[in-house]
Order: sequence, then structure tokens, then C-alpha cells
Amino acid sequence: MNAKRKDVDGSKEPKHPVLKHFREDSPGTPHLWCPGCGVGQVWHYTTRAIEELGLDENKVLWVGGSGCTGRMCTYWHKDFFHTLHGRALSFATGVKLARPELTVLVHSGDGECVAIGGNHLIHAARRNVDVTLIAVNNFNYGMTGGQFSPTTPLSVYTATSPFGNPEEAFNLSGLMREAGATYIARWTTVHARQVINAIKKGIQNKGFSFVEILAQCPTQYGRRNKLGGAVQMMEWLKSNSVLKEKAEKMSPEELKGKFILGELYSATKPEFSEYMRAMASEAARKAEDG
Amino acid sequence: MQGNEACMEGALAAGCMLFAGYPITPATEIAELMARRLPQAGGIYVQGEDELASLGIVLGASASGWKAMTATSGNGICLMQEEIGYAAMTEIPCVIVDAQRAGPGTGIATKSMQGDVYQVRYGSNADYSIIALAPSSPQEMFDLTIEAFNYAESYRTPVFILSDEIVSHMRERVTIPAPEKIRLVDRKKPEVPPEQFVPFRAPSPDGVPPMPSFGDGYALPISSFARTETGRPVTDYQSQTRLVQRLWDKIEKHADSIAMVETEGMEDARAAVLSYGSVARAAKDAARKMRLQGKPVASMRLITLWPFPDERVRDLAKRVKTIFVPEMNVGKMVREVERVAGKYADVVSLPKLGVDIHTPAEIQQAVERMFS
Repeated sequence: MNAKRKDVDGSKEPKHPVLKHFREDSPGTPHLWCPGCGVGQVWHYTTRAIEELGLDENKVLWVGGSGCTGRMCTYWHKDFFHTLHGRALSFATGVKLARPELTVLVHSGDGECVAIGGNHLIHAARRNVDVTLIAVNNFNYGMTGGQFSPTTPLSVYTATSPFGNPEEAFNLSGLMREAGATYIARWTTVHARQVINAIKKGIQNKGFSFVEILAQCPTQYGRRNKLGGAVQMMEWLKSNSVLKEKAEKMSPEELKGKFILGELYSATKPEFSEYMRAMASEAARKAEDG
Repeated sequence: MQGNEACMEGALAAGCMLFAGYPITPATEIAELMARRLPQAGGIYVQGEDELASLGIVLGASASGWKAMTATSGNGICLMQEEIGYAAMTEIPCVIVDAQRAGPGTGIATKSMQGDVYQVRYGSNADYSIIALAPSSPQEMFDLTIEAFNYAESYRTPVFILSDEIVSHMRERVTIPAPEKIRLVDRKKPEVPPEQFVPFRAPSPDGVPPMPSFGDGYALPISSFARTETGRPVTDYQSQTRLVQRLWDKIEKHADSIAMVETEGMEDARAAVLSYGSVARAAKDAARKMRLQGKPVASMRLITLWPFPDERVRDLAKRVKTIFVPEMNVGKMVREVERVAGKYADVVSLPKLGVDIHTPAEIQQAVERMFS
């Protein structure tokens, strides 16, 4: 996205394909993410999914809270709702109820959506509100300097676990299945095409969709755990991943420390805002009939 | 009609389309009644998983163009402070009922106190202003709920209805006017096309920027970062000062027009009882009794608590020797009264720490000492 400045200056350099979606007046242009960060890739994949679905961009709202991932919405060139840390899904729910015709996308990091926002996460899934949550899981709080989060694996090093993380990690997709999400997929930043397809399916699913993307954070997590730079970290994500179909044939011992990827779950259930509106028109009809 | 029920009726009359709340005594009746009546009116009731979610849902709906509200008690306000500051900073209109109960902490859920007057004004981080109205009867729970929506829409701000357990649960006759007799205000919409729209520029002297909704095509950037008029996050002194000053001024500079104050017996008054909310019922009664006995005691009831009606209180202070301020807390609004009136009159605090309201006799005794 460094091409941005040159484009503005009228240079003949080719434009980066996502620049047309990028807010002109955005903070710290081109953006604040560290070199090699996975969040930028997810930004790209999201705009590709919107393009491929041919959505009217004026009807696509990006929502976020705090943290590296929470910032993603602030670069979207149309409506964005940069809310409070952990509360993005509550605000998004309010929007969906008032304006069901909007496509509501929420980007949250692992700290935001499952630590401080954990309660809102499970209830948004339970209500099956038509919001697509793109959860970028980079296993730590990047923005504040790399502290451990609820998805940091046991015993690894972070800024606040200098002797190794004493807590077990959450299995986010498992949590979402129990809570009631109706589309669940997990991929890594390496899986560009799969991620784009998952976001598209999430948007098309009439209900709460959870797309978890395992991402590299070379600046914090990678550095402290000697996982190398962005490319090595992506190799690390890839080599520790197993497709769902293959994982089903593996023993628990073989799966230890592995990330299971794929479209993990889908279901059909009444969607919250639709249900609410149907209930309201029925209540109004009964009230008129006396 | 019960105070909380009148509040619900007022919200419906004002065009409220969404209520999101978490059950809490003594505000619960508003949620229960909304759950039934709002869908019948084509609106939506949501039961949030907590207070933070509830106000978040309200703000999401409001930013999408709906009038929306929540209701809670002081403990719930504690949890909502994060969203309250966000709403003030992002200028999203909302109405919040605080049916105050005795505290601190869990306190006494079923008993009254006026302990939250500072919490609703100063509870969230850093500097902003809000509007707070204090009803003292079920009729005012109706009237002021409508007014709260009008102020929220006019000034793009959170507006509090600072009720208490007594007013919320009191039953009295309430007159509901015909819909065409009710004055309703809707937020200003941009008058320019999207390409000319500057999201946080206030073209009019009131300092309130027009507000499109999500989905209207205005590429609306809503964030609680400090920002320029275009919505771009900034960290410099000038931009921060310009923004925060405008957020403060758009309400504080209109304090006189927002001020609703009820006075009685101002002619030749030598003393006055200044009060608000449920306590004002006893205070007014005490002042009337004393006037009947030939003692010139005025009463002033603050209906608008915030922004504090400086002018009106100063005017009172210039007329009388002493102002008595009975309130159901350690003596909080009395500090504002002292700030404004201290130069002109003696200010006497008459605190009571909740549960039991002041009796008119108690107030009378305190005031009569001055005459003896």
C-alpha cells in the first residue's frame, strides 16, 4: 500500500488492487500495521470477497473495536463503525436490527472478541444475528506490545508470560459451535482463496458467521517465540495445520498442537433481526385486531 | 399510571423504535412494558446480555437512524459508562433512564436515593457534557421522556432521565395528549450530497453537525478517536482542543435554553428551598405551608439538572438571603448551588442518605430556624 502516495501524486505506477477501497483520509496513511503483519492480508481478502459478491459498497458496514484488527474498519472507504474494545458485536447487532438490508462485517482480534468481548461473542452467536465476524487470531495482543491472550497456547512466551503462558488456549471455533453460530470456518493467512470464499459464504449465510483466520504477528509473537519473520511464521502456520477431513482420521496424540482448518460447521436457524421483525408485525396485527 | 409506565408511554409517543436493556430494580417495569408494547408499535425490544451490550445495541440502532433508549439503575450506569463516553464523543443520540436506588454498591434495590447526579455527568473518562432531566411525577416521566428524545436528537448527545425508585414506582394520573399535540424533534440530516459532506463539521452556530445514518451513502466514519472534522484520527493539541471544546460548548453554551426550572413564591421571598426529583414534592409542600403562615419562602425545582441552570439559580440567589438544598444524598447538587449562588446568598445543605425521603416538616423545621 506504499503505492498510495504515488497514486495521489499522479504517478504512473500501477495501483495496488485494494487501494480503491481505501479511505483517502485514513490515519497514519498508508496504515499502522507492522511489516509482515497478517491483518493487512485479511483486509485485502475482505475487499476481494465484497468485490466478488458484487455488493453495493454503500450498503456494506465495517465494524471494529480496538487493537490491530479492530483498526481494520477505519481504512474502509465507506461507512465504518469503530466502536469500543470488545463491544463491536453489540453495536453491530443494533445496526442489523435497525437496518437489516446492510451487510455487517465485524473484524476482531483474539483479545477483543474472546477476552474482553467474550460475553458478547457467545450471545451474538446464540442469537444468530446476521453478522459476519472475521476473527483474526494472532495468539496475542499485538497493539499493546504482545501480551498473552485467551488464544495463546500453553507455555509460550509473551510480554506478560516471561516464564511461559500458564493458561490453556480457547478453541474459538468449538466455542462458536456450542454457542450457536450457523457458519464456522477456520483458515490461515496463507490460504488466500479459501479465506475469500469463507468470507463470501459468511456474508451469504443468513445468520451469525464466524470466520477465524490464524495470522502471523512477527513483531511480537514471532519474535518472542523465535518463529522467524513473516514468511517463516506463515510456513509455521501452514506446517502446523491439518485439514478437517484429514484430522478426522487422526488420533488425539497426532493432532496435539495442530490447527484444524476448513469449513467446520454450517446450519440453518432463524435469524435474529428477521425473527424480531416477524414477531413485531404479528404483534402489531394482533394489537389492531384487539 | 406508574412512573415507569408513563416513561414507556412517553418513549412510544416520541417515536422510540428500539429498547435494549438488562433487568434491574427499580427500572425493570420499563423493560417489561417495552417488551410488550414496542413490537406492537413496529419496534424492537432486545434484552442485552449485560448493560454494556444494551447501550451498545442502542447506539448501533441510533447510528442507523432509529430513536433508541435503555433504562437501568445506578449500578447499571456504572457498567454503561464506557458506552456513555463513546456516545458523547461520537455524538450518537440516545436516551438513558437512571431509576436511582440506594447505594453505593448493590445498596438497597427497592429504596430511593439521588446518589447518581454526578455519576451521570462525570462518570465516563475525560471531558464531555450531557443533558440530565429530573422528573418528580409520573406525568413528568411521560413529558420529560419526550423532551429527552428531543434534546438527544437536537444536540446529538446522551440524555438522562434521572428518576428514582419513588418517582418510578409512584402511581398518579397522567394525561397523554393527542399525537398531533406533541412536539417532536428529529436529528438534522445533511443537506449536501455525499461528495461535499464533511462528517463532523457543524455549519450552524449550535455546534451540532448534521447526522446521516449508516447505509445512506455518506461514507460515515464513526470512531471515538480524537478526530478532525473529516473524521480523521489525530493526536495534536489544536484538533483535540477544537473537538472537545465543541462537544462541551454545544451543550453548555445552550444551558439557558435547555434549563427547565419551576418556581413558586418568588415575590418578596427571603428564603428559598431548591430541590429536584422526588424530594421536590416535599420541598414544594414545605414552602407552601410556610408561605401560608406568612413566611416568605420560595421554592425552586430544577427539572434540568445538567447542564446546570446557572442563570436561574443566580437570579434566585440575588433575591433571597438563604437557599436550602434538601437532597437524598450527602449533598451533591448543593455544590453547584454554592458555586453559582455563594456570592449572593447563604447556601444550606439538607442531606438525607436515601431510603426515606425528607418530610415537609423536616424541611420546614430547618428553614424556620432562620426566621427565629
